[in-house]
Amino acid sequence: MYDRKKLAGIATRRKKWQDEELATSLRKSPPRLERFSTVSDEEIDLLYTPDPLSNFDCEEDLGFPGQYPYTRGVQPTMYRGRLWTMRQFAGFGSAEDTNARFKFLLSQGQTGLSTAFHFPTLMGYDSDSPRARGEVGMCGVAVDSLKDMEILFDGIPLDKVTTSMTINGPAAMVFAMYLAVAEKQGVPFRKVGGTIQNDILKEYIAQHSWIFPPEPSMRIITDILAYCADNVPRWNTISISGYHIREAGSTAVQELAFTIADGIAYVQAGIDAGIPVDKFAPRLSYFFNAHMDFFEEIAKYRAARRMWARIMRERFHAKDENSWKLRFHTQTAGCTLTAQQPMNNVVRVALQALSGVLGGTQSLHTNSMDESLALPTEQAVTVALRTQQIIAEESGVANTIDPLGGSFFVEQLTNGMEEKAMEYIRKIDEMGGMVAAIKQGYPQREVADAAFHFQRLVDAGKKRIVGLNAYQSEEGTPIPLLKIDDRVEKQQVARTKEVRRKRDAKKARACLSALKEGSLTPNVNLMPLLVDAAREYVTLGEMCDTLRETMGVYTDPAMF
Amino acid sequence: MATAKGKSVAATPKKAARKVRILVGKPGLDGHDRGAKIIARALRDAGVEVIYTGLHQTPEMIVSAAAQEDVDGIGLSILSGAHNYLFPRILQLLREKKMGDVVLFGGGIIPDDDIPKLVKKGVDRVFTPGTPIQEIVDYVNERIRPRK
Repeated sequence: MYDRKKLAGIATRRKKWQDEELATSLRKSPPRLERFSTVSDEEIDLLYTPDPLSNFDCEEDLGFPGQYPYTRGVQPTMYRGRLWTMRQFAGFGSAEDTNARFKFLLSQGQTGLSTAFHFPTLMGYDSDSPRARGEVGMCGVAVDSLKDMEILFDGIPLDKVTTSMTINGPAAMVFAMYLAVAEKQGVPFRKVGGTIQNDILKEYIAQHSWIFPPEPSMRIITDILAYCADNVPRWNTISISGYHIREAGSTAVQELAFTIADGIAYVQAGIDAGIPVDKFAPRLSYFFNAHMDFFEEIAKYRAARRMWARIMRERFHAKDENSWKLRFHTQTAGCTLTAQQPMNNVVRVALQALSGVLGGTQSLHTNSMDESLALPTEQAVTVALRTQQIIAEESGVANTIDPLGGSFFVEQLTNGMEEKAMEYIRKIDEMGGMVAAIKQGYPQREVADAAFHFQRLVDAGKKRIVGLNAYQSEEGTPIPLLKIDDRVEKQQVARTKEVRRKRDAKKARACLSALKEGSLTPNVNLMPLLVDAAREYVTLGEMCDTLRETMGVYTDPAMF
Repeated sequence: MATAKGKSVAATPKKAARKVRILVGKPGLDGHDRGAKIIARALRDAGVEVIYTGLHQTPEMIVSAAAQEDVDGIGLSILSGAHNYLFPRILQLLREKKMGDVVLFGGGIIPDDDIPKLVKKGVDRVFTPGTPIQEIVDYVNERIRPRK
């Protein structure tokens, strides 16, 4: 794209500038740091010039927005047509508490819902299980049965609002309950839109809310792919997530590489299950972290779109353009928030959110300033939502598409990100794909090593964090924190016991034995059986226990 | 800080009979093991014998592992908000097993208000987010000795 002669001239003059002017200047004022690197510890040059971009082709490498390879964005209009969806992840206490928070957020201009379940739900236990003691409603909302889901979405029309649910091990069961609520509201499945995270591979790598071993988990996932393609066409079946891999301490390249490698594994599993790729791939979406290093993050999102488009077209021979498009949600990085001087977190979140927007995200969650201490208060979450609204309405960055496209720095970072991530993907392919790599502990080890390396850099003062190892202040800045009422556990346990007492016991039993039988029979899709069970108020714990019997359980290999 | 360290070295000139054994535990259902793994690795690098339980342990599982491995201290990492249940329950089980001399410490997302209550119940030390690893390593080196 560039004139090669001119580029050669620039390279020569750059060398001259470095040797003369820069060298003189550096003698007078040496660099502040011995090494300048991103938060992932990738070295960054003093200056980026166009000469290394001799092979760069604006049309082939970037394309136009909405056109292959989508580096500049997946829609032709991007934010001029519609802003990104403002979707705050919310859930605490009882279904009533969280329903009230949902309604509050919608009243403040939020445009989609995102549900945080408490740990017992994430692990497939009912609130009255001994495993749930002390955890009910603590880190999310307690959902045991359809009864809780009815309360959670009471007064929220499921044909108008899309809901994202962070649920993985028991994704199929909770999704079945959601469909049963929609049915009760009179909304046909074809009109229901939303997302389940349903990304079990990254659970083994990072988030660790699993139930079953990898193979049976992949079977449930392909059941969901097939079921939604036929019955719930507006549903995003997997939100392939780098977020948690990054939170566990990976670098940006690892986040990108392992997430796309997970995506490859799901597409292959769908194809192997006999579903044509273009029937399910358009409903796969992605979820990335917005970490602290501004340009590295923007490059990551741009590289991700280009990589996925190429992989879907060239590797999987998808024909539908919608299969090539990487749509993604972004959440600012919880692990970057400090407990010290927590108000500073507002600024961190604003910068991170801005990188997500400049990177072309489809939806965004901004963390609240108090999340290094507790779940967010209403006041803190309002500031977080307003941060997005200020970026959207006041900053001007949503006026044009991919404003950093063509920057010498950003294009070279994007290329480097893609190259390094593809190296990882080739390595994982050689191991036999992501399921095999996970069984060998490969991505787990890579992430743990990176986390340890970063911690050492922070402890050595080589990475400076304001309020933590730089600019500390003696005085605390106390902010109000959300407390979960102790009564939530008692009330929730009582409600679930009552649900079991009041339902048609015979029907519930029949659903569970059908589920058991189905799980033992290959080629039976478990989704309709789970929807039947949800309708009869079979609890989440009961469904999961039944499948634990036939599918087995996964336990932590406990590597460190 | 340098003097404090020097003193502690001076106070224990003779070599310990055996390495200190620490159980790093993840009780409850939360999956955040970044901190636990970093601590486990740093303690191991500092010469401590480390046993890591892995995720999703019940209090009973943790105490039984502690008994089996004959540890001198237990470090718990809790980011689920269930600390007010899990710490006291583990202390209770340790006392029932006549292991009350095992030093229990921990860290995670634990609001300041809860810390004095936990300490009063017998938790030796609670570390909050942002603590340098070396501080925890120093604490273990200075506070915990082989039980026999």
